[in-house]
Amino acid sequence: MTVLVLSGLLFAGAVFAGLLGSLTGLGGGVVLIPLLTLLFKVDIHYAIGASLVSVIATSSGAAAAYVRDGISNIRLGMFLEVATTIGAVVGASLSAVLSTEVIAIVFGGVLIVSAVLSFLRHQDNLVPGPGSRLVRALRLSGTYPTAEGRQAYTVRNVVGGFLLMNVAGILSGLLGIGSGALKVLAMDNIMRTPFKVSTTTSNFMIGVTAAASAGIYLKKGYIDPGLSMPVMLGVLAGAFAGSRILTKTRVSSLKKIFAVVIALLAIEMIYNGIHHTI
Amino acid sequence: MHDEDLERIIGQLLRFGVLLSSFVVLTGGVVYLVRHGHQTPAFGTFHGEPLKMRNPVQMWKAIFHGEGRPVIAFGLLLLILTPIARIVFSIAGYLLEKDYLYVLITVFVLGVILWNF
Repeated sequence: MTVLVLSGLLFAGAVFAGLLGSLTGLGGGVVLIPLLTLLFKVDIHYAIGASLVSVIATSSGAAAAYVRDGISNIRLGMFLEVATTIGAVVGASLSAVLSTEVIAIVFGGVLIVSAVLSFLRHQDNLVPGPGSRLVRALRLSGTYPTAEGRQAYTVRNVVGGFLLMNVAGILSGLLGIGSGALKVLAMDNIMRTPFKVSTTTSNFMIGVTAAASAGIYLKKGYIDPGLSMPVMLGVLAGAFAGSRILTKTRVSSLKKIFAVVIALLAIEMIYNGIHHTI
Repeated sequence: MHDEDLERIIGQLLRFGVLLSSFVVLTGGVVYLVRHGHQTPAFGTFHGEPLKMRNPVQMWKAIFHGEGRPVIAFGLLLLILTPIARIVFSIAGYLLEKDYLYVLITVFVLGVILWNF
């Protein structure tokens, strides 16, 4: 196979990954890495590098729209980025030390958890009141647009959310993914921000978190331009198409099919990791 | 300057960064495929990247030799710089708002990122 043919196939695969990632809300990286390593037999370090740059592209592209609509909580995102960037640096450093097999097994585990999390029922349990002293000092509470005008919400359990964000950062740096599912979990279930605010703020944070590990990836030579070019452009195109489809149709049944596909990919990653065939 | 103005500027900055870097990556990609499209790819084993794909100065030198991959690498660098530029803008915004706690938090985040470059 020539570089030209492979680039075309990689682009097509990346469009699919971007589309699937956007429709399931899991992000491009979690579909991309199994695709690159299992199907295209790309070394996992190159796959992680290409995935990370794609994650920065889709996150920054989508965040532009959310920020404009005033849904993201910028202060909350900025504060939690302290946790995610430190985690990302730790994770990216770990990726250079851990073996390919271990990374594949961890990836499979994270993939399964992310798929399960995407099925959790999201119910906003907004807590009234001014919030703790820490919340007030950091001005973390905010308002977001609803059908009845802007609704105020209070942020809870800052420490718990911060710690989980740290874990999300480590996994993002280790695996080259956005860790969106974990970031949403930290805000939605622990800090009790409204779901819409959690998802958009998470998206807003992903690019910055990824930029923290990108420096290390560049230095270690994980980011191969020849591979990253079709992958990044493809994921971006797929994610853009996915966001268009999402606003038009309900995708709950599609989501179930995709979740099964993703679970199978996860099992295959773990299996290959255990049998040293990745 | 209010939060909403700052947010709008940040949104436009992010979009511009993604568009610009995609354009540079695409341009480099065309040059790369014209020059190397017929060759056999080697992504299956990891050997890291040469200096001209990692260091901005070496990247520029190779770009002026008419090579495609360093152009892609430069586009990817622009992409990575986009969220970092966002942080710098936020620092300026918080300074204008005299919100010094958030100036401190944001400078810290920028420091963590730059320290590893």
